[in-house]
Amino acid sequence: MSPLLLGPLVVALISSMLALIISVTDRIVNDYGEVTIDINGGKKVLTVKGGSPLLGTLAFQNIFVPSACGGRGSCGACKVRILSDVGPHLPTELPYMNPQEVAKNVRLSCQIKVKQNLAIELPEALFNVRKFKTTVERIRNLTYDIKEVYLRLSDEAIAAGGISFTPGQYAQLVVPPYGEVKESIQRAYSMSSTPQDKEHIELLIRLVPGGIATTWVHQHLKEGDTVEVVGPFGEFAIRDTDAVMIFVAGGSGMAPFKSMLNHMAQTGQWTNRDIWYFFGARSKRDMFYLDEMADLAKRFPNFHFVPALSEPKPEDEWTGPVGLITNVLDSYFKEKIGTDKPMEGYLCGSPGMIDACIKVMTSNGIGQDKIYYDKFA
Amino acid sequence: MSPLVHPITLLFASIFTSNILLANFLGMCSFISISKDQKSSFGLGLAVTVVMTITMVVSWAVLKLVIEPLGLDYLSFIIFIIVIAAIVQILEMVIDRLSPALYMALGIFLPLITVNCAILGAILFMQIRNYNFWQTLSFGFGSGAGWWLAIMLLSSIRKKIDVAPVPAGLKGPGITIITIGFMAMAFIGFSGMLSVQ
Repeated sequence: MSPLLLGPLVVALISSMLALIISVTDRIVNDYGEVTIDINGGKKVLTVKGGSPLLGTLAFQNIFVPSACGGRGSCGACKVRILSDVGPHLPTELPYMNPQEVAKNVRLSCQIKVKQNLAIELPEALFNVRKFKTTVERIRNLTYDIKEVYLRLSDEAIAAGGISFTPGQYAQLVVPPYGEVKESIQRAYSMSSTPQDKEHIELLIRLVPGGIATTWVHQHLKEGDTVEVVGPFGEFAIRDTDAVMIFVAGGSGMAPFKSMLNHMAQTGQWTNRDIWYFFGARSKRDMFYLDEMADLAKRFPNFHFVPALSEPKPEDEWTGPVGLITNVLDSYFKEKIGTDKPMEGYLCGSPGMIDACIKVMTSNGIGQDKIYYDKFA
Repeated sequence: MSPLVHPITLLFASIFTSNILLANFLGMCSFISISKDQKSSFGLGLAVTVVMTITMVVSWAVLKLVIEPLGLDYLSFIIFIIVIAAIVQILEMVIDRLSPALYMALGIFLPLITVNCAILGAILFMQIRNYNFWQTLSFGFGSGAGWWLAIMLLSSIRKKIDVAPVPAGLKGPGITIITIGFMAMAFIGFSGMLSVQ
């Protein structure tokens, strides 16, 4: 036989024989049969096929543990507490764990292979997380760079009960590949719709120059398009106390508060609590929802809306408070709200704004542990 | 013709006088990076020894039964690499199933070994020196054990270096490579006592 033919043939033969041995070994060795995953002490028991990572196994059962990297062990988001013994932490997990988490056997679910029956703990809220197919029903310009995107869930999703969430939670918008962007990505946005409207999800999206997702929403997304949304996620929510609530937001940070306040208007919840809502913008062209908020303030005497401009233009004819939102907040603490009552802070906006507001709040007597926020870059 | 060297002599020669790491400087990358941690060094050394012994024997069989009879010496590199990769893959799966504890110790190092040049290097030595079966077995195990010994020694030394006043410019890999040089000289002191071929 010609050596030209013999060489490749032999290499191919050896490779395929080895491949055969590997797949046979895989069949025999990786067959863990059916195993059960017990979630939260019997609240939910899944019977699954063993042999795959926990993250994917759960997703296959429609339980979506948050994960930004898709199971490559590079984001550290998919933490799950495992009550069964699955061996010590792997070197791939340890960089994402603090000592308390190691002690409680919190693991990265993408790194744990399901081999035997497992007992795990998950936040109850994750049972609600679904992937929704939606259609863009309406896109509205709130300002020159903020759009209100109103999505309608697919008929199947609505028939299955629609979306359930608490005001303040966020959803991840699935952005398909477009133009130069070759991979699908997900970005998180607070939902501004209310839990009463189970058929829709509303998001407020501000154009970030160079942002992949926001550019797509602002320049490519049209009414009638279909998009996928995963959610709800997050623990940003009104705490069940009687304390005075101080909301502070800027720009599209309006979203969770719109949801909370409309929820209040529709259900009557929290109407007995004092609410101060400080909303900061640069000039009038960055301001939106002024009428809606003024309406709410008229209907609910305990709700006070304080919009403030940092750089009002002469033609704005602005009569409200002027200055950075932190200065306005500080002077309101000193002059109107007082600092002697129990208070809670709720913040949503850029990291810079949040850090500055936390300083103002702590210096006015709100404990660090009473300040809740959603930071977005 | 196989060389006239007794397998037991070969075993000691490959551990001490012709240490694959210190005499041939093979398998350096993982040697330098992993040796900063003693526990990981132990795991990697053990994994190299196991994989080296097994792949060596399998490669010997492939060499004698396929490559040499068919005159395919020019393809031996490719074939050896495929054999190493496949064996590491199989080993990883089997260990994962049989002994989770051992898998914890070895598992994460196994993929690293696929690209460890000490393994391929030892196999090629076996080929050019024309070892017989028993010589191959002892040379494979010996080379692995020698690598293991060297990385354990180095990691112990590095533990001391960590607290020593090393000039800033030499910290990390710099002082490590100098240390390896001294170790190599010490090992070469044994040469002449035993021979690999």
